[in-house]
Amino acid sequence: MKLTSLKVVASSALALALATGGAQADQEADLIINGDTEITVRTAAPAHLENLSEILSGWTFRTDETQALQMDDFDNPGMIFVDQGLDVWNTVEGSADKSCASCHDGPESLKGLRAELPKWNEDAGKVYTMEMYINDCRTERMGAEAYGWSDKNMVNLTALISVQSRGMPVNVAIDGPAQSTWEQGKEMYYTRYGQLELSCANCHEDNYDNYIRADHLSQGQINGFPTYRLKNAKLNSTHDRFKGCVRDTRAETFKPGSDEFVALELYVASRGNGLSVEAPAVRN
Amino acid sequence: MKPTLIGVTCLMLGAGAAVAETAPQAVEYDEYGAVAASLSGAAGDPVEGRVVVSTKSMGNCVSCHAISEMSDVPFHGEVGPVLDGVADRWNEAELRGIVANAKMTYDGTIMPSFYKDTGYVRPGDAYTGKAAKVAPLPPLLTAQQVEDVVAYLMTLKEE
Ligand code: HEC
Ligand code: HEC
Repeated sequence: MKLTSLKVVASSALALALATGGAQADQEADLIINGDTEITVRTAAPAHLENLSEILSGWTFRTDETQALQMDDFDNPGMIFVDQGLDVWNTVEGSADKSCASCHDGPESLKGLRAELPKWNEDAGKVYTMEMYINDCRTERMGAEAYGWSDKNMVNLTALISVQSRGMPVNVAIDGPAQSTWEQGKEMYYTRYGQLELSCANCHEDNYDNYIRADHLSQGQINGFPTYRLKNAKLNSTHDRFKGCVRDTRAETFKPGSDEFVALELYVASRGNGLSVEAPAVRN
Repeated sequence: MKPTLIGVTCLMLGAGAAVAETAPQAVEYDEYGAVAASLSGAAGDPVEGRVVVSTKSMGNCVSCHAISEMSDVPFHGEVGPVLDGVADRWNEAELRGIVANAKMTYDGTIMPSFYKDTGYVRPGDAYTGKAAKVAPLPPLLTAQQVEDVVAYLMTLKEE
Protein backbone atom coordinates (compact mmCIF):
# COMPACT_ATOMS: atom_id res chain seq x y z
CA MET A 1 0.00 0.00 0.00
CA LYS A 2 2.83 2.31 0.90
CA LEU A 3 4.44 1.52 -2.44
CA THR A 4 1.29 2.18 -4.43
CA SER A 5 0.73 5.51 -2.79
CA LEU A 6 4.29 6.56 -3.49
CA LYS A 7 3.94 5.57 -7.09
CA VAL A 8 0.69 7.45 -7.53
CA VAL A 9 1.91 10.53 -5.72
CA ALA A 10 4.90 10.55 -8.00
CA SER A 11 2.74 10.26 -11.08
CA SER A 12 0.34 12.94 -9.92
CA ALA A 13 3.31 15.17 -9.15
CA LEU A 14 4.38 14.55 -12.72
CA ALA A 15 0.94 15.44 -14.04
CA LEU A 16 1.14 18.57 -11.96
CA ALA A 17 4.56 19.47 -13.26
CA LEU A 18 3.25 19.09 -16.78
CA ALA A 19 0.17 21.17 -16.08
CA THR A 20 2.16 24.01 -14.54
CA GLY A 21 4.92 23.94 -17.12
CA GLY A 22 7.38 22.28 -14.77
CA ALA A 23 7.35 25.18 -12.31
CA GLN A 24 8.22 23.47 -9.05
CA ALA A 25 9.47 25.16 -5.94
CA ASP A 26 13.11 24.99 -5.04
CA GLN A 27 12.55 24.47 -1.36
CA GLU A 28 16.23 24.46 -0.52
CA ALA A 29 16.93 27.86 -2.06
CA ASP A 30 18.19 30.78 -0.01
CA LEU A 31 16.78 34.26 -0.30
CA ILE A 32 19.11 37.22 -0.66
CA ILE A 33 17.38 40.39 -1.80
CA ASN A 34 19.21 42.82 -4.11
CA GLY A 35 22.36 40.75 -3.58
CA ASP A 36 22.81 42.14 -0.06
CA THR A 37 19.85 41.66 2.28
CA GLU A 38 19.96 38.12 3.66
CA ILE A 39 16.57 36.75 4.59
CA THR A 40 16.14 33.88 7.03
CA VAL A 41 13.55 31.70 5.31
CA ARG A 42 14.02 28.61 7.49
CA THR A 43 15.06 28.34 11.12
CA ALA A 44 14.36 26.48 14.36
CA ALA A 45 10.82 26.91 15.66
CA PRO A 46 10.38 29.17 18.69
CA ALA A 47 10.10 27.30 22.01
CA HIS A 48 6.37 27.99 22.43
CA LEU A 49 5.58 26.12 19.21
CA GLU A 50 5.14 22.53 20.34
CA ASN A 51 4.19 20.88 17.08
CA LEU A 52 6.84 22.11 14.66
CA SER A 53 10.60 21.81 14.82
CA GLU A 54 11.38 24.09 11.88
CA ILE A 55 9.63 27.20 10.63
CA LEU A 56 9.60 28.09 6.96
CA SER A 57 8.75 31.23 5.07
CA GLY A 58 5.97 30.97 2.49
CA TRP A 59 8.66 31.95 -0.04
CA THR A 60 10.20 28.44 0.17
CA PHE A 61 6.96 26.91 -1.13
CA ARG A 62 6.57 29.10 -4.18
CA THR A 63 7.69 28.28 -7.72
CA ASP A 64 11.11 29.32 -9.01
CA GLU A 65 9.47 32.10 -11.03
CA THR A 66 7.58 33.52 -8.07
CA GLN A 67 10.62 33.17 -5.83
CA ALA A 68 12.73 35.10 -8.34
CA LEU A 69 10.36 38.08 -8.28
CA GLN A 70 11.28 38.68 -4.66
CA MET A 71 15.03 38.54 -5.15
CA ASP A 72 15.40 41.97 -6.68
CA ASP A 73 13.39 45.09 -5.91
CA PHE A 74 13.28 46.00 -9.60
CA ASP A 75 11.37 42.77 -10.23
CA ASN A 76 9.21 42.89 -7.11
CA PRO A 77 5.85 44.34 -8.17
CA GLY A 78 5.11 45.13 -4.50
CA MET A 79 7.77 47.87 -4.53
CA ILE A 80 5.57 50.14 -6.67
CA PHE A 81 3.14 50.21 -3.78
CA VAL A 82 5.92 50.95 -1.32
CA ASP A 83 6.66 54.05 -3.46
CA GLN A 84 3.00 54.99 -3.31
CA GLY A 85 3.19 54.50 0.45
CA LEU A 86 6.00 57.07 0.54
CA ASP A 87 3.74 59.60 -1.20
CA VAL A 88 1.11 59.01 1.46
CA TRP A 89 3.78 59.36 4.16
CA ASN A 90 4.68 62.80 2.86
CA THR A 91 1.13 64.06 2.26
CA VAL A 92 -0.15 66.72 4.64
CA GLU A 93 -3.71 65.96 5.65
CA GLY A 94 -6.20 66.79 8.38
CA SER A 95 -6.93 69.75 10.66
CA ALA A 96 -3.42 69.76 12.20
CA ASP A 97 -1.78 70.32 8.79
CA LYS A 98 0.63 67.47 9.30
CA SER A 99 1.93 64.46 7.42
CA CYS A 100 3.59 61.35 8.88
CA ALA A 101 6.89 63.02 7.91
CA SER A 102 6.13 66.08 10.06
CA CYS A 103 6.58 63.99 13.21
CA HIS A 104 8.68 61.00 12.09
CA ASP A 105 10.98 62.47 9.42
CA GLY A 106 11.80 59.66 6.97
CA PRO A 107 10.22 56.21 7.22
CA GLU A 108 13.62 54.74 8.18
CA SER A 109 13.00 56.26 11.64
CA LEU A 110 10.57 53.37 12.17
CA LYS A 111 13.14 50.66 11.39
CA GLY A 112 12.58 47.68 13.68
CA LEU A 113 8.93 48.39 14.40
CA ARG A 114 7.50 45.78 12.05
CA ALA A 115 9.58 43.02 13.65
CA GLU A 116 7.89 43.44 17.04
CA LEU A 117 4.28 44.02 15.98
CA PRO A 118 1.65 43.35 17.13
CA LYS A 119 2.58 44.49 20.64
CA TRP A 120 1.02 45.68 23.86
CA ASN A 121 0.16 49.39 23.86
CA GLU A 122 0.19 50.58 27.45
CA ASP A 123 -1.80 53.77 26.83
CA ALA A 124 -4.54 52.01 24.94
CA GLY A 125 -4.54 49.01 27.27
CA LYS A 126 -4.59 46.50 24.42
CA VAL A 127 -2.52 44.78 21.77
CA TYR A 128 -1.85 47.04 18.78
CA THR A 129 -1.10 46.22 15.17
CA MET A 130 0.59 48.65 12.78
CA GLU A 131 -2.78 49.69 11.36
CA MET A 132 -3.95 50.73 14.83
CA TYR A 133 -0.84 52.88 15.40
CA ILE A 134 -1.33 54.50 12.00
CA ASN A 135 -4.96 55.29 12.68
CA ASP A 136 -4.15 56.75 16.10
CA CYS A 137 -1.68 59.10 14.41
CA ARG A 138 -4.29 60.09 11.88
CA THR A 139 -7.12 60.77 14.29
CA GLU A 140 -5.20 62.02 17.35
CA ARG A 141 -2.21 63.83 15.83
CA MET A 142 -3.19 64.79 12.30
CA GLY A 143 -6.87 65.48 12.81
CA ALA A 144 -7.56 63.29 9.79
CA GLU A 145 -9.99 60.45 9.29
CA ALA A 146 -9.04 56.90 10.17
CA TYR A 147 -8.31 54.63 7.21
CA GLY A 148 -10.26 51.45 6.69
CA TRP A 149 -8.13 48.36 7.39
CA SER A 150 -7.88 47.38 3.74
CA ASP A 151 -7.76 50.87 2.18
CA LYS A 152 -5.10 51.16 -0.47
CA ASN A 153 -3.31 53.97 1.39
CA MET A 154 -3.32 52.00 4.63
CA VAL A 155 -1.88 48.85 3.07
CA ASN A 156 0.74 50.80 1.12
CA LEU A 157 1.80 52.68 4.26
CA THR A 158 2.18 49.41 6.20
CA ALA A 159 4.36 48.11 3.36
CA LEU A 160 6.53 51.23 3.45
CA ILE A 161 7.02 50.95 7.21
CA SER A 162 7.53 47.16 7.09
CA VAL A 163 10.22 47.26 4.41
CA GLN A 164 12.38 49.38 6.75
CA SER A 165 12.73 46.26 8.93
CA ARG A 166 13.37 43.87 6.07
CA GLY A 167 15.92 41.22 7.06
CA MET A 168 15.43 41.75 10.80
CA PRO A 169 14.21 38.75 12.80
CA VAL A 170 10.54 38.71 13.78
CA ASN A 171 10.51 39.03 17.55
CA VAL A 172 7.00 39.36 18.89
CA ALA A 173 6.46 39.31 22.68
CA ILE A 174 3.93 36.76 23.85
CA ASP A 175 4.19 37.21 27.61
CA GLY A 176 3.35 40.03 30.01
CA PRO A 177 0.17 41.96 29.31
CA ALA A 178 -0.08 40.56 25.76
CA GLN A 179 -0.39 37.00 26.99
CA SER A 180 -4.16 36.71 27.22
CA THR A 181 -4.56 38.10 23.69
CA TRP A 182 -1.95 35.61 22.52
CA GLU A 183 -3.87 32.76 24.20
CA GLN A 184 -7.04 33.89 22.45
CA GLY A 185 -5.25 33.84 19.10
CA LYS A 186 -3.82 30.43 19.81
CA GLU A 187 -7.23 29.06 20.61
CA MET A 188 -8.54 30.43 17.32
CA TYR A 189 -5.65 28.84 15.43
CA TYR A 190 -6.75 25.41 16.59
CA THR A 191 -10.53 25.96 16.25
CA ARG A 192 -12.16 24.01 13.46
CA TYR A 193 -14.35 26.63 11.82
CA GLY A 194 -17.15 26.34 9.31
CA GLN A 195 -18.99 23.53 7.62
CA LEU A 196 -15.69 22.01 6.48
CA GLU A 197 -14.52 22.00 10.13
CA LEU A 198 -10.96 23.04 9.32
CA SER A 199 -8.60 24.92 11.61
CA CYS A 200 -5.56 26.94 10.56
CA ALA A 201 -3.49 24.11 12.04
CA ASN A 202 -5.21 21.46 9.90
CA CYS A 203 -3.85 23.08 6.77
CA HIS A 204 -0.75 25.00 7.86
CA GLU A 205 0.64 22.78 10.64
CA ASP A 206 -0.56 19.24 9.84
CA ASN A 207 -0.38 19.55 6.06
CA TYR A 208 2.18 22.15 5.05
CA ASP A 209 4.20 20.99 2.06
CA ASN A 210 1.21 18.94 0.85
CA TYR A 211 -0.82 19.96 -2.15
CA ILE A 212 -4.48 20.74 -1.59
CA ARG A 213 -5.80 20.64 -5.13
CA ALA A 214 -3.40 22.97 -7.02
CA ASP A 215 -2.18 24.83 -3.93
CA HIS A 216 1.12 23.95 -2.29
CA LEU A 217 0.35 24.51 1.39
CA SER A 218 2.83 26.64 3.33
CA GLN A 219 3.00 27.17 7.07
CA GLY A 220 0.81 30.26 6.70
CA GLN A 221 3.49 32.56 8.12
CA ILE A 222 2.93 36.33 8.06
CA ASN A 223 6.52 37.59 8.04
CA GLY A 224 6.04 38.63 4.39
CA PHE A 225 2.95 40.78 4.90
CA PRO A 226 1.63 42.88 3.38
CA THR A 227 2.20 40.60 0.39
CA TYR A 228 1.85 41.26 -3.29
CA ARG A 229 -0.34 38.53 -4.77
CA LEU A 230 -0.10 37.67 -8.45
CA LYS A 231 -3.75 36.68 -8.17
CA ASN A 232 -5.05 40.20 -7.50
CA ALA A 233 -2.02 42.33 -8.44
CA LYS A 234 -1.96 44.43 -5.28
CA LEU A 235 -0.70 44.34 -1.73
CA ASN A 236 -2.83 42.35 0.68
CA SER A 237 -3.11 42.84 4.41
CA THR A 238 -2.70 40.03 6.92
CA HIS A 239 -6.33 40.29 7.96
CA ASP A 240 -7.57 40.04 4.38
CA ARG A 241 -5.64 36.79 4.06
CA PHE A 242 -7.09 35.48 7.32
CA LYS A 243 -10.54 36.44 6.11
CA GLY A 244 -10.08 34.45 2.91
CA CYS A 245 -8.78 31.40 4.71
CA VAL A 246 -11.68 31.37 7.21
CA ARG A 247 -14.18 31.92 4.39
CA ASP A 248 -12.72 28.91 2.58
CA THR A 249 -13.80 26.66 5.45
CA ARG A 250 -17.42 27.64 4.66
CA ALA A 251 -17.50 29.67 7.86
CA GLU A 252 -18.80 33.08 8.85
CA THR A 253 -15.52 34.94 8.78
CA PHE A 254 -14.31 37.74 11.09
CA LYS A 255 -13.86 41.34 10.01
CA PRO A 256 -10.44 42.79 9.18
CA GLY A 257 -9.52 44.89 12.21
CA SER A 258 -11.71 42.89 14.60
CA ASP A 259 -10.38 42.05 18.08
CA GLU A 260 -10.40 38.40 17.02
CA PHE A 261 -8.14 38.96 14.02
CA VAL A 262 -5.81 41.17 16.07
CA ALA A 263 -5.43 38.29 18.53
CA LEU A 264 -4.92 35.81 15.70
CA GLU A 265 -2.34 38.12 14.12
CA LEU A 266 -0.35 38.25 17.37
CA TYR A 267 -0.40 34.47 17.65
CA VAL A 268 0.46 33.78 14.01
CA ALA A 269 3.22 36.43 14.07
CA SER A 270 4.74 34.69 17.11
CA ARG A 271 4.83 31.40 15.21
CA GLY A 272 7.28 33.16 12.89
CA ASN A 273 9.62 34.45 15.61
CA GLY A 274 13.09 33.98 14.12
CA LEU A 275 12.16 34.30 10.44
CA SER A 276 13.11 37.61 8.81
CA VAL A 277 10.68 40.38 8.03
CA GLU A 278 10.20 39.91 4.30
CA ALA A 279 7.56 42.46 3.36
CA PRO A 280 6.54 43.12 0.68
CA ALA A 281 6.70 39.42 -0.21
CA VAL A 282 5.47 38.04 -3.55
CA ARG A 283 3.02 35.15 -3.50
CA ASN A 284 0.54 33.64 -5.92
CA MET B 1 -32.76 1.65 12.51
CA LYS B 2 -35.56 4.12 11.80
CA PRO B 3 -35.12 6.03 8.58
CA THR B 4 -37.08 9.29 8.75
CA LEU B 5 -39.55 9.53 5.99
CA ILE B 6 -38.68 12.76 4.23
CA GLY B 7 -39.50 10.85 1.10
CA VAL B 8 -43.13 10.66 2.16
CA THR B 9 -43.80 14.29 1.30
CA CYS B 10 -42.39 13.85 -2.16
CA LEU B 11 -44.48 10.78 -2.51
CA MET B 12 -47.67 12.57 -1.59
CA LEU B 13 -46.86 15.32 -4.03
CA GLY B 14 -46.52 12.58 -6.56
CA ALA B 15 -42.82 13.26 -7.19
CA GLY B 16 -41.67 10.01 -8.69
CA ALA B 17 -39.73 7.36 -6.82
CA ALA B 18 -41.22 6.02 -3.61
CA VAL B 19 -38.00 6.08 -1.58
CA ALA B 20 -37.32 6.74 2.07
CA GLU B 21 -34.42 9.10 2.63
CA THR B 22 -32.52 9.12 5.91
CA ALA B 23 -32.00 12.64 7.29
CA PRO B 24 -28.44 13.53 8.40
CA GLN B 25 -29.25 13.40 12.10
CA ALA B 26 -31.01 10.05 11.76
CA VAL B 27 -28.09 8.21 10.17
CA GLU B 28 -27.03 5.23 12.30
CA TYR B 29 -23.32 4.51 12.48
CA ASP B 30 -22.10 1.26 13.98
CA GLU B 31 -19.26 1.30 16.49
CA TYR B 32 -16.64 1.40 13.69
CA GLY B 33 -18.40 4.20 11.81
CA ALA B 34 -20.05 2.09 9.09
CA VAL B 35 -23.56 2.76 7.78
CA ALA B 36 -25.43 -0.31 6.56
CA ALA B 37 -28.39 1.07 4.61
CA SER B 38 -28.54 3.36 1.58
CA LEU B 39 -29.12 6.95 2.72
CA SER B 40 -31.43 7.69 -0.17
CA GLY B 41 -33.14 4.31 -0.17
CA ALA B 42 -31.95 3.89 -3.74
CA ALA B 43 -28.84 2.46 -5.35
CA GLY B 44 -25.94 4.73 -6.26
CA ASP B 45 -24.81 5.57 -9.77
CA PRO B 46 -21.01 5.31 -10.17
CA VAL B 47 -20.96 7.60 -13.21
CA GLU B 48 -22.67 10.40 -11.26
CA GLY B 49 -20.41 9.63 -8.32
CA ARG B 50 -17.31 10.18 -10.41
CA VAL B 51 -18.62 13.65 -11.29
CA VAL B 52 -19.26 14.47 -7.62
CA VAL B 53 -15.77 13.30 -6.59
CA SER B 54 -13.99 15.35 -9.25
CA THR B 55 -16.09 18.54 -9.30
CA LYS B 56 -14.98 21.49 -7.21
CA SER B 57 -18.48 22.72 -6.39
CA MET B 58 -19.60 19.21 -5.36
CA GLY B 59 -17.54 16.67 -3.39
CA ASN B 60 -14.19 18.06 -4.53
CA CYS B 61 -12.61 14.93 -3.07
CA VAL B 62 -9.64 15.24 -5.43
CA SER B 63 -8.57 18.40 -3.62
CA CYS B 64 -7.28 16.04 -0.92
CA HIS B 65 -7.12 12.60 -2.59
CA ALA B 66 -5.30 11.41 -5.70
CA ILE B 67 -6.98 8.75 -7.87
CA SER B 68 -4.96 7.29 -10.77
CA GLU B 69 -8.07 6.39 -12.74
CA MET B 70 -8.95 10.13 -12.81
CA SER B 71 -5.82 11.35 -14.53
CA ASP B 72 -8.05 13.38 -16.89
CA VAL B 73 -8.86 15.64 -13.90
CA PRO B 74 -6.02 18.09 -13.12
CA PHE B 75 -4.47 18.75 -9.70
CA HIS B 76 -5.05 15.92 -7.24
CA GLY B 77 -4.25 16.75 -3.64
CA GLU B 78 -2.03 14.92 -1.15
CA VAL B 79 -3.78 15.68 2.14
CA GLY B 80 -5.59 12.32 2.27
CA PRO B 81 -4.53 8.83 1.15
CA VAL B 82 -4.53 7.82 -2.51
CA LEU B 83 -7.91 6.19 -3.17
CA ASP B 84 -6.68 3.54 -5.62
CA GLY B 85 -7.92 0.14 -4.47
CA VAL B 86 -10.05 1.66 -1.72
CA ALA B 87 -12.81 -0.92 -2.35
CA ASP B 88 -10.31 -3.67 -1.48
CA ARG B 89 -9.74 -2.04 1.89
CA TRP B 90 -13.32 -1.17 2.85
CA ASN B 91 -16.77 -2.61 2.16
CA GLU B 92 -19.74 -0.57 0.99
CA ALA B 93 -21.14 0.14 4.47
CA GLU B 94 -17.74 1.32 5.68
CA LEU B 95 -17.25 3.59 2.66
CA ARG B 96 -20.73 5.05 3.18
CA GLY B 97 -19.79 5.83 6.78
CA ILE B 98 -16.49 7.45 5.75
CA VAL B 99 -18.15 9.67 3.14
CA ALA B 100 -21.15 10.58 5.34
CA ASN B 101 -19.08 11.42 8.41
CA ALA B 102 -15.45 10.30 8.39
CA LYS B 103 -15.04 11.40 12.00
CA MET B 104 -17.03 8.34 13.06
CA THR B 105 -14.34 6.13 11.50
CA TYR B 106 -11.26 8.28 12.14
CA ASP B 107 -11.54 10.31 15.30
CA GLY B 108 -10.55 13.94 14.67
CA THR B 109 -9.78 13.48 10.96
CA ILE B 110 -9.31 16.54 8.77
CA MET B 111 -11.73 15.03 6.22
CA PRO B 112 -14.99 17.03 6.19
CA SER B 113 -18.29 15.36 7.05
CA PHE B 114 -20.35 15.33 3.89
CA TYR B 115 -23.69 14.25 5.33
CA LYS B 116 -24.03 16.24 8.51
CA ASP B 117 -26.06 19.40 9.16
CA THR B 118 -25.37 20.67 12.69
CA GLY B 119 -22.62 21.09 15.27
CA TYR B 120 -20.47 23.65 13.43
CA VAL B 121 -18.45 26.58 14.80
CA ARG B 122 -19.48 29.77 12.96
CA PRO B 123 -21.24 28.01 10.09
CA GLY B 124 -21.23 30.14 6.94
CA ASP B 125 -23.47 30.57 3.93
CA ALA B 126 -21.37 28.39 1.59
CA TYR B 127 -18.20 30.30 0.54
CA THR B 128 -19.57 33.84 0.98
CA GLY B 129 -17.95 34.42 4.38
CA LYS B 130 -21.38 35.49 5.67
CA ALA B 131 -23.28 33.74 8.45
CA ALA B 132 -25.38 30.73 7.49
CA LYS B 133 -28.94 31.73 6.69
CA VAL B 134 -30.51 28.46 7.76
CA ALA B 135 -30.07 25.92 10.53
CA PRO B 136 -29.67 23.05 10.18
CA LEU B 137 -27.46 23.60 7.13
CA PRO B 138 -28.01 21.66 3.94
CA PRO B 139 -25.41 18.86 4.10
CA LEU B 140 -22.42 19.18 1.73
CA LEU B 141 -23.79 16.30 -0.36
CA THR B 142 -27.34 15.04 -0.75
CA ALA B 143 -28.23 11.49 0.32
CA GLN B 144 -28.25 10.40 -3.31
CA GLN B 145 -24.90 12.06 -4.02
CA VAL B 146 -23.37 10.13 -1.10
CA GLU B 147 -24.76 6.92 -2.58
CA ASP B 148 -23.38 7.82 -6.00
CA VAL B 149 -19.94 8.54 -4.52
CA VAL B 150 -19.99 5.23 -2.64
CA ALA B 151 -20.95 3.41 -5.84
CA TYR B 152 -18.01 5.07 -7.60
CA LEU B 153 -15.59 4.23 -4.77
CA MET B 154 -16.74 0.58 -5.01
CA THR B 155 -15.31 0.53 -8.55
CA LEU B 156 -11.81 1.39 -7.25
CA LYS B 157 -10.44 -2.15 -7.03
CA GLU B 158 -6.90 -3.29 -7.72
CA GLU B 159 -7.20 -7.00 -6.96
C1 HEC C 1 -8.49 24.61 3.71
C2 HEC C 1 -7.11 24.93 3.96
C3 HEC C 1 -6.74 26.19 4.72
C4 HEC C 1 -7.13 26.60 5.97
C5 HEC C 1 -8.10 25.92 6.92
C6 HEC C 1 -6.42 27.82 6.24
N1 HEC C 1 -5.64 28.16 5.18
FE1 HEC C 1 -4.29 29.69 5.09
N2 HEC C 1 -3.84 29.20 3.17
C7 HEC C 1 -4.36 28.12 2.47
C8 HEC C 1 -3.80 28.09 1.14
C9 HEC C 1 -4.13 27.06 0.06
C10 HEC C 1 -2.91 29.19 1.05
C11 HEC C 1 -2.03 29.60 -0.15
C12 HEC C 1 -0.80 28.75 -0.17
C13 HEC C 1 0.00 28.90 1.09
O1 HEC C 1 0.74 29.90 1.25
O2 HEC C 1 -0.13 28.05 1.99
C14 HEC C 1 -2.95 29.85 2.35
C15 HEC C 1 -2.17 30.96 2.69
C16 HEC C 1 -2.13 31.54 3.95
C17 HEC C 1 -1.26 32.63 4.31
C18 HEC C 1 -0.27 33.33 3.38
C19 HEC C 1 1.12 32.78 3.59
C20 HEC C 1 2.16 33.52 2.78
O3 HEC C 1 3.33 33.13 2.86
O4 HEC C 1 1.84 34.47 2.07
C21 HEC C 1 -1.51 32.90 5.62
C22 HEC C 1 -0.85 33.98 6.46
C23 HEC C 1 -2.54 31.98 6.08
N3 HEC C 1 -2.88 31.17 5.03
C24 HEC C 1 -3.04 31.94 7.36
C25 HEC C 1 -4.11 31.12 7.76
C26 HEC C 1 -4.76 31.21 9.05
C27 HEC C 1 -4.34 32.14 10.17
C28 HEC C 1 -5.78 30.30 9.04
C29 HEC C 1 -6.87 30.07 10.07
C30 HEC C 1 -7.70 31.17 10.37
C31 HEC C 1 -5.73 29.61 7.78
N4 HEC C 1 -4.72 30.15 7.01
C32 HEC C 1 -6.55 28.56 7.41
C33 HEC C 1 -5.25 27.19 2.96
C34 HEC C 1 -5.83 27.20 4.23
C1 HEC D 1 -9.75 18.16 3.53
C2 HEC D 1 -9.28 16.87 3.09
C3 HEC D 1 -10.22 15.79 2.60
C4 HEC D 1 -11.31 15.87 1.75
C5 HEC D 1 -11.90 17.12 1.10
C6 HEC D 1 -11.78 14.53 1.57
N1 HEC D 1 -11.03 13.66 2.29
FE1 HEC D 1 -11.24 11.61 2.35
N2 HEC D 1 -9.72 11.47 3.73
C7 HEC D 1 -8.93 12.52 4.14
C8 HEC D 1 -7.95 12.02 5.08
C9 HEC D 1 -6.86 12.86 5.77
C10 HEC D 1 -8.19 10.64 5.21
C11 HEC D 1 -7.44 9.63 6.09
C12 HEC D 1 -8.12 9.53 7.41
C13 HEC D 1 -7.28 10.07 8.51
O1 HEC D 1 -6.22 9.48 8.77
O2 HEC D 1 -7.63 11.11 9.06
C14 HEC D 1 -9.30 10.32 4.34
C15 HEC D 1 -9.79 9.04 4.14
C16 HEC D 1 -10.69 8.68 3.14
C17 HEC D 1 -11.04 7.32 2.77
C18 HEC D 1 -10.40 6.04 3.31
C19 HEC D 1 -9.13 5.91 2.48
C20 HEC D 1 -8.30 4.66 2.63
O3 HEC D 1 -7.38 4.54 1.83
O4 HEC D 1 -8.52 3.84 3.50
C21 HEC D 1 -11.96 7.42 1.77
C22 HEC D 1 -12.66 6.28 1.04
C23 HEC D 1 -12.20 8.83 1.51
N3 HEC D 1 -11.40 9.57 2.36
C24 HEC D 1 -13.06 9.34 0.54
C25 HEC D 1 -13.32 10.68 0.33
C26 HEC D 1 -14.34 11.18 -0.57
C27 HEC D 1 -15.21 10.30 -1.43
C28 HEC D 1 -14.34 12.54 -0.46
C29 HEC D 1 -15.25 13.56 -1.09
C30 HEC D 1 -16.66 13.32 -1.07
C31 HEC D 1 -13.26 12.89 0.45
N4 HEC D 1 -12.68 11.75 0.91
C32 HEC D 1 -12.89 14.19 0.77
C33 HEC D 1 -9.05 13.86 3.75
C34 HEC D 1 -10.05 14.38 2.93
